[in-house]
Amino acid sequence: MRVGIGLPNTIPGVDGPVLVDWARRADAGPFSTLAVLDRLAYDSIEPFAALAAAAGVTKRAGLATMIAIGPLRNTALLVKQAVSVDALSGRRLTLGLAVGARLDDYETAGVEHRGRGARLSEQLATLRDGDDLGVRPNLRLLVGGMTGPAFARMARYADGYAHNGGPPRAFARAADSARAAWSDLGRPGRPVLWGQGYFALGDEEAGATYLRDYYAFTGPFAEKIAAGNLTSARAIRDFVRGYAEAGCDELILFPTVADLEQLDRLAEVVS
Amino acid sequence: MRVRIVGAGPAGLYLAVLLKKADPSHDVEVVERNLPDATFGWGVVFSEGTLGELRDADPETHVEITDTFARWPTVDIRYRGRLLRSRGHAFSAIGRRRLLQIMQRRALGLGVGLRFETEVSDVNGLAAEADLLVGADGVNSLVRRTYAAEFGEQVAPQGCKYVWFGTDLVLDAFTFIFKRTDAGIVQVHAYPFDERTSTWIVECPETTWRGLGFDAMNEGESLAACEALFADELRGHHLLSNRSLWTSFPLVRNDTWHRPGIVLLGDAAHTAHFSIGSGTKLAMEDAIALSQALVRHPRDIERALLDYELERQPVIERFQQAAGESAAYFTRVERYAHMDPMPFAFNLLTRSGRVTHANLAQRDPQFVRVLDAWFPGGGLLEPGAVAPPPLFAPWKAGAVELRNRVVRASAEPDRLPALARSGAGLVVAGPVAVTLDARISPDTPTLDDDASAAAWAALVDDVHAARAAAAVSLTHAGRRGSTRPPTHGADVPLRDGGWPLVAPSPIAYAPRMPVPRAMDAGDMARVGQAFAAAARRAAGAGFDMLEVDMGHGYLLASFLSPASNRREDEYGGELVGRLRFPLEVLDAVRQGWPEDRPLAVRLNVMDGTRRGLQLGEGIAIAGDLAEHGCGLIHVVAGQTVPEAAQADYRRGFLTPLADRVRAEARVPTLVGGYITTPDEANTLLGAGRADLCLLDVPDTDLERELVAAAGEEVAAAMAVA
Ligand SMILES: Cc1cc2nc3c(=O)[nH]c(=O)nc-3n(C[C@H](O)[C@H](O)[C@H](O)COP(=O)(O)OP(=O)(O)OC[C@H]3O[C@@H](n4cnc5c(N)ncnc54)[C@H](O)[C@@H]3O)c2cc1C
Repeated sequence: MRVGIGLPNTIPGVDGPVLVDWARRADAGPFSTLAVLDRLAYDSIEPFAALAAAAGVTKRAGLATMIAIGPLRNTALLVKQAVSVDALSGRRLTLGLAVGARLDDYETAGVEHRGRGARLSEQLATLRDGDDLGVRPNLRLLVGGMTGPAFARMARYADGYAHNGGPPRAFARAADSARAAWSDLGRPGRPVLWGQGYFALGDEEAGATYLRDYYAFTGPFAEKIAAGNLTSARAIRDFVRGYAEAGCDELILFPTVADLEQLDRLAEVVS
Repeated sequence: MRVRIVGAGPAGLYLAVLLKKADPSHDVEVVERNLPDATFGWGVVFSEGTLGELRDADPETHVEITDTFARWPTVDIRYRGRLLRSRGHAFSAIGRRRLLQIMQRRALGLGVGLRFETEVSDVNGLAAEADLLVGADGVNSLVRRTYAAEFGEQVAPQGCKYVWFGTDLVLDAFTFIFKRTDAGIVQVHAYPFDERTSTWIVECPETTWRGLGFDAMNEGESLAACEALFADELRGHHLLSNRSLWTSFPLVRNDTWHRPGIVLLGDAAHTAHFSIGSGTKLAMEDAIALSQALVRHPRDIERALLDYELERQPVIERFQQAAGESAAYFTRVERYAHMDPMPFAFNLLTRSGRVTHANLAQRDPQFVRVLDAWFPGGGLLEPGAVAPPPLFAPWKAGAVELRNRVVRASAEPDRLPALARSGAGLVVAGPVAVTLDARISPDTPTLDDDASAAAWAALVDDVHAARAAAAVSLTHAGRRGSTRPPTHGADVPLRDGGWPLVAPSPIAYAPRMPVPRAMDAGDMARVGQAFAAAARRAAGAGFDMLEVDMGHGYLLASFLSPASNRREDEYGGELVGRLRFPLEVLDAVRQGWPEDRPLAVRLNVMDGTRRGLQLGEGIAIAGDLAEHGCGLIHVVAGQTVPEAAQADYRRGFLTPLADRVRAEARVPTLVGGYITTPDEANTLLGAGRADLCLLDVPDTDLERELVAAAGEEVAAAMAVA
């Protein structure tokens, strides 16, 4: 299993220099991938813009959206953005897409919330089919989501599955569903499986405050997500081991505090 | 800390004991509406696993509880006049009243305040007096209802109608009784709990309950009626009532179990089902988890409540899953009433998914030996016989005998011999297209001319050489055709070199897929002939079994489903119309296929969407296909439309569907659905949920390592030579 790190693009107040430094330092570290989250109605940096900035200062690490909310975006523009980041980075992009969990993102975008699943399927079909839009035929696609249709969509159009976080046993269950859907749709082999978790090594209060705020829309679950923040080297090692056991191929650890020291400490733990 | 607990059931009393014990300076009071000695119900069962936790949490009550336990290792199953016993289990039970007495006494000794005969009606008022208010007030919890929206409360009835009696018959086993009546089967769950008394729960589906007139009876009348119904089993003993009224068992769930200063515990937070006997144990484990969390976070109650919930929720989810399976099983018992006693009993024991073939073999090796020996003979049994487990029992249909029930399938013809060598009884080649324009993608193999038939014959020989049988799954892709190879995705249209698609109605399958042409009579005749011709070639190539593909939205499935078949002629509309063309094709295939070789259909038994085919129709179709000569239904579901909302990809997700087809249409079934281990397969086959099992075996690093090592040894040996 490879371990990547998130860019702090959805932590409020993060500016360009922090993001770029973060990317540069991560590329020099032990991380396989730099990944971003996506949130429209929130103080954050747009995922493709963040990855484009990262592409400019990195050479080695993969770049990934984990995930981008497809249906918020016009399909042709989404494809154009993805293709551009892929080109700027020398084909290092893994494009993870899902419908997202927040109604207010849709309202802010002025996009219908209903029918979002079918629209995401159309976007995926376009990405898979769309030579006319300059998509590299082997652009790596991941799909996230926990519903039956999401797993089917993943198996139909993608190369793998992007899980939305939680303890290893939650990942293991989702991984089973992803493999079951893959086989049901007659795809050969197995789907690639990506997982994610949050960490704060030091300054855990700030990390918890951020997660409570970021997930406030989930009501009571925000507290649980904040409680799941990995705040010690040991918790991270257990988590990494648990995910590896469950068959995860690539695990992304997202920061909850946008301080470069966090990155260095994580590098120490995972290397 | 000032703690007020509503409800002196097992959850509330045990929490009071543990909190007071952890810190005598806590001010803990339990408020209960009933008298100390007034409680509902009779005895409750515990499983061994809990007891260790009770000992660690409070040795004093543990000793008293376990000293009063009735214990026994046996499950008795009374079915069709027979008594089947399974041993090696570990049950213990205690009277509810006795359990509560022990905990009341302990609580008083520790200085807990117990206020009986006090009904709480103002939850907010009580909460205001305390640092922590605990809702341990049972399944109808007022605390929960007061903040229903905040907790995200969901309450729904599950399972049968039931009534909880006691009896003065002292049993020596956990006893299930299945009693046939004119209105359907009525079952009993009974077990001893002290030297004089046993619990005796009677249950049946609501229709049976009405049919027997229980809905119109009062407490005394229904007791008398149950006593009469089970007179033989009661052997002159009586049923006892404790406000024993018929009711349904509600499934209680909540999104969260706490809000600032208030927490739910036990049945107030979650229920399981009495048929897996675990509510009391879960309630007491809740109390342990909450008291420990409060010890860990003495100055942060909110953090403790969160910890408690995080620890308990995954456990509860597993039990609710098992409880749901078990409760649903008992509503379906009628459908299994044709089964022989051995698979019936094994199906019962494995109903909740917690007991499997492998772990029952550990508990009761002789029971599993008899099951395994019974299995291949279909009821004929030589006492003392030993046999391999169900997955390795042979299966016979017509002139074909499979050496075992392991089925492996591959879309790549070249892999078939290796699958045969891997030990499968049957390997399935498929999907294989009946003509070039019936293909799914350019990679789909075909069986449309003599040259392809000859290539297949060679492969079949290889499969036979490995002592496996070979089946071919014949398909026409319909509106899912002309796509790129499956390595690239599914339902992604071919850019160049595509072919025109046909379907019952001109509706594209998925985004960017072309609109198919609606088939006319000529198209249908041609497709029917193509299937028949392919069947003849398959027979000539030596295939032992043939499967006609009516699954997953391919051509024949798309005729079956109202979501894809909008025809207004005799091939659309009601089910008879939608079934007409698939049946014509099956009849045509039957003509071209030898009488003595089995003919199977891969059938979508439901579409998983409201506009599509429903399971009831799917089961009816399976019956019709059987009448037309289909001897095996390969059960699949979904994919008729790409965005089916009810798609479910849990491990073994097709097994419940196969079970219903087999039990209701009485056709043998083949089931897949991500079954990856022999134990899962042995369990579902032994329980009669299917006849053959399509395994989805994962790559393991163990095998990679061994195969690589073996390769090196061979290479080294060759280098030496
Ligand atoms: C038929 C049947 C069989 C069962 N068999 C088993 C079994 O074999 N094994 C097993 O482990 N479990 C079994 N259970 C489940 C078990 O009984 C419950 O899960 C368990 O009692 C839950 O404990 P509790 O303390 O949460 O709630 P309860 O035991 O229901 O206690 C709640 C208490 O709160 C009091 N109360 C309610 N509202 C108020 C109010 N407003 N003010 C004051 N007091 C109030 C009630 O009077 C009651 O005493 C069975 C249940 C049923 C129905």
